[in-house]
Amino acid sequence: MKNASTWIDRHARYLFPLPAVLAILVLIVAPVVTNFVLSLYDYFVGGRAYFVGLENYQRGLTDPRVWNGVRNTFYFTFTAVPLQLLLGIGIAVLFNRDFPGKGIARTIILLPMVATPVAIALIWALMFNPSLGVLNYFLETLGLSRSLWVAQGSLAIPSLVLVDTWQWSPMIALILLAAMQGVPTEHYEAARIDGANAWQSFWHITIPGIRSAIVVALILRAVDALKTFDIIYVITEGGPGTASETLNVLAFKTGFQFFHAGYAATLLIFLMFLVLGIAVLLNAIRRRT
Amino acid sequence: MTAAALTPAQAKARARRARLLTTVGVFALIALVLAIMLFPFYWMVLTSLRSQVDNVSRVPVWWFTPTWENYQNVIARNNFLTFTWNSFVVAALSTGIGLVLGLPAAYSIARFKQDGLALAILIARLTPYITYLVPWYLAFRALGLIDTYVALTLTHLIVGMPLIVWIMISFFEGVPQDLEEAAFVDGATRIGTFLRVILPLSTPGIVAASILAFIFSWNQFLFSLVLSGPNTRPVPVAVFNFISYGQIDFGGLGAAAVMITLPVLILTLIIQRWIVTGLTMGAVKG
Repeated sequence: MKNASTWIDRHARYLFPLPAVLAILVLIVAPVVTNFVLSLYDYFVGGRAYFVGLENYQRGLTDPRVWNGVRNTFYFTFTAVPLQLLLGIGIAVLFNRDFPGKGIARTIILLPMVATPVAIALIWALMFNPSLGVLNYFLETLGLSRSLWVAQGSLAIPSLVLVDTWQWSPMIALILLAAMQGVPTEHYEAARIDGANAWQSFWHITIPGIRSAIVVALILRAVDALKTFDIIYVITEGGPGTASETLNVLAFKTGFQFFHAGYAATLLIFLMFLVLGIAVLLNAIRRRT
Repeated sequence: MTAAALTPAQAKARARRARLLTTVGVFALIALVLAIMLFPFYWMVLTSLRSQVDNVSRVPVWWFTPTWENYQNVIARNNFLTFTWNSFVVAALSTGIGLVLGLPAAYSIARFKQDGLALAILIARLTPYITYLVPWYLAFRALGLIDTYVALTLTHLIVGMPLIVWIMISFFEGVPQDLEEAAFVDGATRIGTFLRVILPLSTPGIVAASILAFIFSWNQFLFSLVLSGPNTRPVPVAVFNFISYGQIDFGGLGAAAVMITLPVLILTLIIQRWIVTGLTMGAVKG
């Protein structure tokens, strides 16, 4: 007994994480490896698998629907994330002061990011409804013309960006707000004594002070935006047509509507490299600044 | 009139007016932000309490006599309570297993500075979940485990365990090492110390991590969409299926949306300090 426990103590650094490591190997590493194997086969779920080498990759790289998916993924991500960053900075600046009800206000802006995405997506789908939706009512009240929102191909992604921005700007705001509270107040006082106005002290003290938090928020948000699934699938299912079909949604359809598992695995490998590649790239930028 | 021509009293009054205007402007903007953040929830509740006639009116009906009809329909006709139970079981099981696996790992990462392992777990969080889904679907299909709690719990663990580990790393790092060393001097073993000293001291962190893992499992849609079935369907998938039934029952949708979201909002109020920490995998401290 004594020996056993000293043995455990001596090897604690290996034994404590062992269950989690095994779980990661089984749950996460094994599927990724399986995807690489699957991607070499022409395989429909329930059918026979034929080894085809790199044919799936060749097909993927020349498939217009894949390129449409890549384009939509980038369009969605690189519209949504900068917009959220700007709004996030704005909200953080607004909230970075004492005002009555600040605690409640902070709780309220947490709600969009924790509420069940499917529920959120369904409510937005109702609000987008071209004939009955409340958003068109607002547009008319403001004297603007009605919109088809997600029912129109060219507006599908901008509408989804709107939902994503509503959902996630507050997270960026809260990340930046935490960082702003770490900027020493003496810096602001010194700037004020030197005659700096609000804009100058924002630009020369706040922004440099929260720069690393901005980059962290950008990395997290970009990675999550690239793989957004719930709101896109629930609101548009990638439509109309393929107007809002991201790589993620296309891979899902390939795997679970067309049951073409081999090709789906190939698309998933593209997606994985895309997401991890951008994460590594953004992280490299973070290191340099 | 230039500023130089003002008497000191006038200049002061003008400055005060400008300050007041800024304050009013700031409050108006804060109110606008809050209104936008709340509106979809407000609309969700209104939709759930309106009759179908009012819900399909061309001009939104803002004032009406609330009806519980939609809630009664959803619960009675759509087995809503069964779906809720399914969600609860999967969330509780995956959180429980996530704690058993994740707590010792997080402790070890914090104590022995195993940054490589922490990074591996972070990569699991960054990789799109759908990457794991095709292989898992094929495996569960071969094993006859589609539409079982096993399949759902295991895949939800992919979501919950990394979250628990990352939150707990920063928590365990905050537990003073002296306490641990004192226990060792008294002859306690590493496991004994972990169970009797470290874990009790970390209760607030464990509660926060558990609630977050529970919420993430409750909200999970993708894995459940593919791996659940009539016996295990959790609420998000059940609600998603509502919209495929041709004629949309707006009120029912609203009621269902309120019922999925409400438990999450209540849990959020308990651990709101930790939400951002959880969503950013500990990159931002609460």
